Amino acid sequence: MCLAIPAKVVEIGKGEGKEGAKAKADFGGISREIDVSLVDAKVGDYVMVHAGFAIEIMDEHEAKETIELWKEMLEKCSDTETRI
Amino acid sequence: MFRYRNEDLAKQILEKLKHLNLNLRLMHVCGTHQDTLVRFGLNLMLKEAGVEIRPGPGCPVCVTTAKEIEEAILLARKGKVVATFGDMFRVPGEKLSLADVKAEGFDVRVVYSITDCISLAEKTNKDVVFFSIGFETTTPATASVISTRPNNFSILSAHRLIPPAMEALIRMGEMKIDGFINPGHVSTIIGEKPYEFISSRHKMPQVIAGFEPLDVLIAVYMLAMQIIRGEVRVENEYTRVVRPEGNEKARQTMNEVFEPFDTSWRGFPVIPSSGLRLKKKFEEYDARKRYEDELSTLDNEYKEPAGCRCGEILRGLVYPDECPLFGKVCTPRHPVGPGMVSREGSCNIMLRYGER
Repeated sequence: MCLAIPAKVVEIGKGEGKEGAKAKADFGGISREIDVSLVDAKVGDYVMVHAGFAIEIMDEHEAKETIELWKEMLEKCSDTETRI
Repeated sequence: MFRYRNEDLAKQILEKLKHLNLNLRLMHVCGTHQDTLVRFGLNLMLKEAGVEIRPGPGCPVCVTTAKEIEEAILLARKGKVVATFGDMFRVPGEKLSLADVKAEGFDVRVVYSITDCISLAEKTNKDVVFFSIGFETTTPATASVISTRPNNFSILSAHRLIPPAMEALIRMGEMKIDGFINPGHVSTIIGEKPYEFISSRHKMPQVIAGFEPLDVLIAVYMLAMQIIRGEVRVENEYTRVVRPEGNEKARQTMNEVFEPFDTSWRGFPVIPSSGLRLKKKFEEYDARKRYEDELSTLDNEYKEPAGCRCGEILRGLVYPDECPLFGKVCTPRHPVGPGMVSREGSCNIMLRYGER
């Protein structure tokens, strides 16, 4: 139920209110209208979409960094795991 | 970014956990976590590494009470168009589900989003009721349409809040839990702060986690580290989506329209401040106010289906295969309890993947 799927914002409606809340998003090749009124998204952003609403803008850089950080940390503490 | 996976790192984490041999029992409160754990066999791998993860009340469809479903059924029978999410459609109330009522000829619709329901209301003169379920992830969307709703539209709210249920579980004390894996998309909205009282009041370590296998493994490792160090706090593993302060805009939208009140959950007694109802200034769009007279004919208490152990499953006390109905009387095609209907229900997940 709380499933959210990432999508790329490709177009945002113009104007205030209802029209400005509408956006077109690309879900890995499938295009669908979403509502962006809960986030400050711009074209090109990746957003997490839940039940037709973007609930947050994703941080691509953060995702790559985190994996690298964890790899490094686990390697460093290979003999001292109870102390990290 | 989307496939947050790395086999080497996963193996390393599992080996470290095995080496630590902590014998932990953790709990998550999100059906999507349960899906990740079972689908990728992580539950079994983690068990070998000394970590058991029990599913808690993390499926909004499953915790919706029979009374709430009976309210939706009654409104459909009284000629309203009742719309809801697909997961809710087939969950039985005391006996029948909304799907059964549709089969009787009443107007029940399945929608993907509340915006679809608004469009539906704009095209008809009939009264349209949105049977609105979901935790903090979903509620802001429900709240956001309030300014655009047509007059024939109202909301039957079964929205609930997760942190009060987590505390209720601890207070009930039926089972010892060493830490919580917190739901990533609820946390996207609420951030870290609303969980902090659980750590400070109940000495409970918590880690907010995403839904890729690696997210869950890292979260388990972070919990293990807190426990080893004797720390109790809320940490965030899902930093690529969850900000420490959450999504303020979404939260404001939700708080503008909804207010907490004491309500019961399936399998639980009344949990203080755990439900969300429309504020007084929006009561015109509250189906419970608009149809108060019709709804007052309903009983207050509804019995759970005989033999169904969904309540205990939602409290993490038993696994689905310990229920006598599981896979025999209760199947996804003929569900007896809610856990078998929703793809996020523990019973449905277990039957689908054939593992605990």
